[in-house]
Amino acid sequence: MKLTLKIWRQGGKYKGEFVTYQLNDVNEHMSFLEMLDVLNEQLVHQREEPVAFEHDCREGICGTCSLVIDGRAHGPMKGTTTCQVHMRHYKDGDTIVIEPFRARAFPVIKDLVVDRSSFDRIIQSGGYVSVNTGQAQDANNIPIGKDVAGKSFDAAACIGCGACVAACPNASAMLFTSAKISHLALLPQGQVERKQRVLDMVAQMDLEGFGKCSNVTACEAECPKEISVENIARMNREYMAASFTAEKV
Amino acid sequence: MAIFAARLEQNASKPQHIHLFMNWFSKFLTSSLGQKVVMALSGIFLMLFLVVHLIGNLQLLKDDGGAAFNQYAYFMTHWPPIKMISYLLYATILLHAWQGLLLWQANKAARGAARYAVNHVRSNERASRSMAWLGIIILIFIVLHMYQFWFQMHWGPIPYLEYDNYDHPVRDIYTLVAATYTNLGYVLFYIICMAVVGYHLWHGFWSSFQTLGLGSNRYSGLIKTIGMLYAVAVPLLFALIPALMYFM
Repeated sequence: MKLTLKIWRQGGKYKGEFVTYQLNDVNEHMSFLEMLDVLNEQLVHQREEPVAFEHDCREGICGTCSLVIDGRAHGPMKGTTTCQVHMRHYKDGDTIVIEPFRARAFPVIKDLVVDRSSFDRIIQSGGYVSVNTGQAQDANNIPIGKDVAGKSFDAAACIGCGACVAACPNASAMLFTSAKISHLALLPQGQVERKQRVLDMVAQMDLEGFGKCSNVTACEAECPKEISVENIARMNREYMAASFTAEKV
Repeated sequence: MAIFAARLEQNASKPQHIHLFMNWFSKFLTSSLGQKVVMALSGIFLMLFLVVHLIGNLQLLKDDGGAAFNQYAYFMTHWPPIKMISYLLYATILLHAWQGLLLWQANKAARGAARYAVNHVRSNERASRSMAWLGIIILIFIVLHMYQFWFQMHWGPIPYLEYDNYDHPVRDIYTLVAATYTNLGYVLFYIICMAVVGYHLWHGFWSSFQTLGLGSNRYSGLIKTIGMLYAVAVPLLFALIPALMYFM
């Protein structure tokens, strides 16, 4: 199939603009990223700078790929990362607009690559648990109910890709942060730092310049792992409880 | 050690417990989540007020020449606890508006200077994206509404009426309201503003509870249902009053 791509180019000779490319032989079995690989090969042959975009596992589990495709973070399908979008969802003659994730806290590094290290710093501020050193504990040493384990796992499914921020009209990182807080707050292993964790992670999130949740729920709709805004409610509960009862001030 | 000493010195001016309280409490209120809690709590208080206000306004429809409404208005402006709550109410309106505008501003800044060329926000909460604009319209409505009735009631030339169960004359607010709503323009403006209030609350009701952490699965269905009923019924009943008065 023939496609027209309008891709955001920034860095080098590009000041930040859309550049239009034609691809004449796109196979419907290609993934979206393979289609971009083909474009880049074509650009290299033409002695042009290839389009920079992020990718790693290409299996939908690492959270490295990003892209806003035709106005949707991770493309047109529900619960899918960009790397799992396949070209069979497009038809001959389509025009596809590809932009980077946009948020003040996600500055563009080059073309479609944005700096998501703000997420790393949120994780560093509280996304850990204290464990004893020595021999690894037996896996079933601490019994955890199925309901709690399930809820915690639903939150832990977050791959930290940043689609929630990209989709949010406020560029808020609350779905991401709340997923990380929920994941640990629900489990017995997360109890030691429970209060300090939510205080620190929310403080870091605010410091990074993310927006404030208006309960738009666009994050939930675009999340490739379909993380629920129920986690945001839980984070709010945790934050209020911790603010009013934490020992450390 | 030097830092520790400096801190002790800095804290010495205030009693320690007050300092600690202000520290965590101001941190809470100025955090992103705390600001949202301010919006939610003030919003819920305003929604409670609307119910009380509606019950009062429904007295206007009683066919007694305004006696019930005038006596209700007298009670509301003279009983000290209600007066205290009314000052809290004015402050809450200002707080909700001010905090809302600050959040709006902060969120626009967080989005960054660059905009998406194509932007499809998928949301089940359509009204959530217009809360600031809806809020500004409501604020303008409140200013006009207070000038029309609240200001006139306190400082306008309002005639007094005698009622059997009162040993002093009572202001005839009913006639002022009835006269205002003989004007079709005011009636239409009021009805449009009530539609705006309804749309604001269509999102605002559920959103308040979600912010307070009650939007998890166990409650969200119930809260959403009550919220939708509230957002339709309350503004509709408010809007019916001037409409009926216009035709009566």
